[in-house]
Amino acid sequence: MMQRVFGKRHARIGIYGPPNVGKTTLANRILRDWTGDIMGSVSEIPHETRRAKCVTNVHINNGGSSLNMDLVDTPGIATKIDFHEFMDQYGLSKDDSRTRAKEATEGVIEAIKWLDDIDGVVLVMDATQDPFTQVNVTIIGNLEARNLPVLIAANKIDAENASPATLKAAFPQHPVIPISALTGYNTDGLYTTMIKEFGRKRKKPRSR
Amino acid sequence: MTKKNPHEIAFHLISKDTLAHLSSEEKLAYILNEVKHGRILVLEAGLTPTEQTDLIQTTMREINHDSFIGIEIGGYEPEKTSFIHRMLGKPQRPRMTIIGPAHLLRLIKKDDTRIETAIIPTKGAG
Repeated sequence: MMQRVFGKRHARIGIYGPPNVGKTTLANRILRDWTGDIMGSVSEIPHETRRAKCVTNVHINNGGSSLNMDLVDTPGIATKIDFHEFMDQYGLSKDDSRTRAKEATEGVIEAIKWLDDIDGVVLVMDATQDPFTQVNVTIIGNLEARNLPVLIAANKIDAENASPATLKAAFPQHPVIPISALTGYNTDGLYTTMIKEFGRKRKKPRSR
Repeated sequence: MTKKNPHEIAFHLISKDTLAHLSSEEKLAYILNEVKHGRILVLEAGLTPTEQTDLIQTTMREINHDSFIGIEIGGYEPEKTSFIHRMLGKPQRPRMTIIGPAHLLRLIKKDDTRIETAIIPTKGAG
């Protein structure tokens, strides 16, 4: 009854963002905090996550409020994938680089397809980087067109040159939560905002 | 028809009217075909966010790791619409956008007022 009045308390939440911003590190942090499990491996080489992974019934709570969610860790979204980058910058073999690049293209497609099946997004951005990338802007615009709630996790706040204020100024229409998925800094603040934003009752998303 | 110089980069400035009568699918097919042929397009009216995500998906399907590594794209934020238009569900109007092959065009920086790009040297296009 309370849920019918005050809104949804079960939601499918996607973790989105460009490659190498810490999406899987964040997914691992959330799962470790609430289930004791992890989502997947992380690497400094871009496109480590090349298939979406979904863990169901992750229950997070903050005092009197809670949220039951299915958590989807998605591959990084990019507009270009060059296998030479994996060879030249990260020392992978040619075969491994080509395979990784091919799988990465499939991962991008899969990540975008998942947008049809989620109720809200944690958009992970690297707080040490320029936020005005076309991928960030495109994802946000797409989610706004679908009327899906977006929460921006300004990650890597533990890095010396991090600037969450830049992200807040760039996207004032959405909550921006500075965090370090690596150290766990302010993940409590993230969970509180997730419960608030994703537990809220919303109009049915418009068709695309 | 003039002969193409392999060291020249082709820029095509595409008017709003050119794309206005095309469906989203036709628009994306046109853009991707041009970009795959090494042309850099400046669209007077860009793509909606939904069209942009569809373009990314289509691009990923078209990537051939020896000849086409994807696209570079940069556009201004869509025009702000009025409260009434938003209530009526009218989409935001996209604004000027540059799209090119990623082996030729690099986006350096973009914000609300300026989009900086660079042409990657030593590559030709027609």
